[in-house]
Amino acid sequence: MKILVPIKRVVDYNVKVRVKPDGSGVDTANVKMSMNPFDEIAVEEAVRLKEKGIATEIVAITCGTAASQETLRTALALGADRAILVESDIELQPLAVAKLLAAVAGKEQPQLVILGKQAIDDDANQTGQMLAALLDWPQAAFASKLDIAGGGATVKREVDGGLETIQLKLPAIVTADLRLNEPRYATLPNIMKAKKKPLETTNPATLGVDVAPRLTTLSVVEPPKRKGGGRVADVAELVAKLRNEAKVIS
Amino acid sequence: MPVLVIAEHDHASLKSATLHAITAALQMGAGAPSEVHVLVAGHNAGAAAQAAAGVAGVAKVLHADAAHLAMPTAENIAAVALSVLPGVYTHVLAGATGFGKNILPRIAARLDVAQISEITSVVSPDTFVRPIYAGNAFATVQSKDPVKVVTVRSTAFDAAAATGGSGTVETIAVPADTGHAVVIGQELSRSERPELTSARIVIAGGRGLGSGENFRMLEALADKLNAALGASRAAVDAGYVPNDYQVGQTGKIVAPDLYIAIGISGAIQHLAGMKDSKVIVAINKDAEAPIFQIADYGLIGDLFVLVPELTAALG
Repeated sequence: MKILVPIKRVVDYNVKVRVKPDGSGVDTANVKMSMNPFDEIAVEEAVRLKEKGIATEIVAITCGTAASQETLRTALALGADRAILVESDIELQPLAVAKLLAAVAGKEQPQLVILGKQAIDDDANQTGQMLAALLDWPQAAFASKLDIAGGGATVKREVDGGLETIQLKLPAIVTADLRLNEPRYATLPNIMKAKKKPLETTNPATLGVDVAPRLTTLSVVEPPKRKGGGRVADVAELVAKLRNEAKVIS
Repeated sequence: MPVLVIAEHDHASLKSATLHAITAALQMGAGAPSEVHVLVAGHNAGAAAQAAAGVAGVAKVLHADAAHLAMPTAENIAAVALSVLPGVYTHVLAGATGFGKNILPRIAARLDVAQISEITSVVSPDTFVRPIYAGNAFATVQSKDPVKVVTVRSTAFDAAAATGGSGTVETIAVPADTGHAVVIGQELSRSERPELTSARIVIAGGRGLGSGENFRMLEALADKLNAALGASRAAVDAGYVPNDYQVGQTGKIVAPDLYIAIGISGAIQHLAGMKDSKVIVAINKDAEAPIFQIADYGLIGDLFVLVPELTAALG
C-alpha cells in the first residue's frame, strides 16, 4: 500500500511571531522554520505502518517555495521513501493546496493520505477535508488511533466530549490529531541517507491547477494586550477579591 | 438571499455552538439582519428541529431525517447541505467545533470556494476577522467567492436567545447514504459538570499537579464552584487526563467569566485557548511563570497547600 503524506513548512512552534509594522502579515524573515507539528505526527504514523509491513511506500509531498525542500528532507530522514515538491512562490491557500494534492493523488494513486489536522500558521484546519471532498474519498479527521485491515480503515477520532470510532473504505484521507502517536527524532545516519533519496519537483501549471488566492488579507494586527500581573498574598485575599472586586463568585 | 447555519445537536436539543453561530449568521446581511435558515440533519430529531425554530431570529428550519443521519458522517451531512445550497444561500455557517471543522471544508471544496475558519468578528458580509498563529495575530480577510463558508468561534459571539423565535419547519429530501464511512461507536466522557466550552467557571490543571491522582483534588474545588474542568496540553501529554480536557490552540478555546489556572506555567499555546477569559486566577509556585503576566490575580505558592485551602474557604 502506498501512503501519500502532505506536509507543510511553518514558523517553528517555539517562535513568538511578530506582526509586521505595516500590518501586511507576520514577519517570517530570519525566523526558524520547521515541519508543522501535526504533519510530523502524520509522517510518524505512515512510517509505523511501513514498519508493520502494511505500507510499502511513503511519498512525502509539500506545496511551497524552494525552501520547502528542507522540510521534505526531514520527512525523508524520518522514513519517507521519496518526496515531491510542488513549487510555487505565491501564497497557497488551503483550497489551492487541496487541488494540487488531488492532482498528485490522481497520478500516484495512494491508498491512504495522512496529513496533520491543521497547520500552526494559518490555523485553517481545512486541507484534509477539502482533499477528501475533491477526490470524493472518505475522511477521518482528528484521528487518535488508526488501524488498517481487510481493505478498510478503522479510526478513533477526537470529537467534542470524547471519541468516535468510524470505519472507512480505502482509499481514504486521515488527518492526524495530537494523540495519534509521538513522533521520533531523525538520527544522523538517516539524515545523511535522506540526502540521497529522490526528490522530484513539479509546479501548479504542470499539474493544471489554478492556485490564485481566493481570500485577500486586508490587514494583520496584534491581539489586544491583556492587562495582567496582579498579585494576591493569600487565599483569603483571593476569595475576597473574587467576591467583591471581580464579582465572579458569590 | 438567506444564510444557512448547520446545526449541531443530539437529536433532542441544539448544542450551544449553534446558538453562537446563529448570532454571527444574523450579522451577514448588509445593513439589516440576514434571513437565517437552520439545517437540522438527524434521525428522529424533531425536537431539535423545533428547538431551532424557536431560536430568536431563525426564519426557517430545514429538517432532514434519515436513519443514516442518526450517527452521521461528515460525508453525509455535507451531502444534505449541498443538496439545498446551490443558488439559494450566500453564506453557510457552523460552530468552529469538532463537528463544524469536520464538515464545512468538505462543503467549501465541493462549491469551489474558500472557507474562512473560526471567525471572531463580522466586518461586512464578505469581510471577517480571524485569529492566526494561535491567536498571536488577527487577520482581516475578504472573500470574493459567491458563497462564504464560515466557521464561528463561539466565544466571540453571544448565544442567540433559545426562545422567542417563530421559524417554520420544512422537511427536506435526504440524499442517499454516500457509503464512504460508518460510525460504529462513540465513547463520550460522562460528566455531571458543565461543558468546558460553555461553563461560566473553568478550573484547569497543568503539569504542576504531578499525577492523574493529584488532578482529582481539583474536582472538589470544581464541585464547590459548579465549574468545568480543563487541563493544559502538558497535563494531557503526561496522561493525567483525557484529551478532551485540553484547553489551548490545539484543544478547546474557552472564555469563561472566571478561569483558575492551577500548576500551569502558561505556554503560548495554552494562553491562546483561555486569554479571553474575563477574570484569570493563577496559582503556581514559580513566580516567573508566564501565566502570571496575564493573570488578574496571581497567587504564588504550593498548590497542594493552596488548593485545599481555597476549596475550604469557599465553604
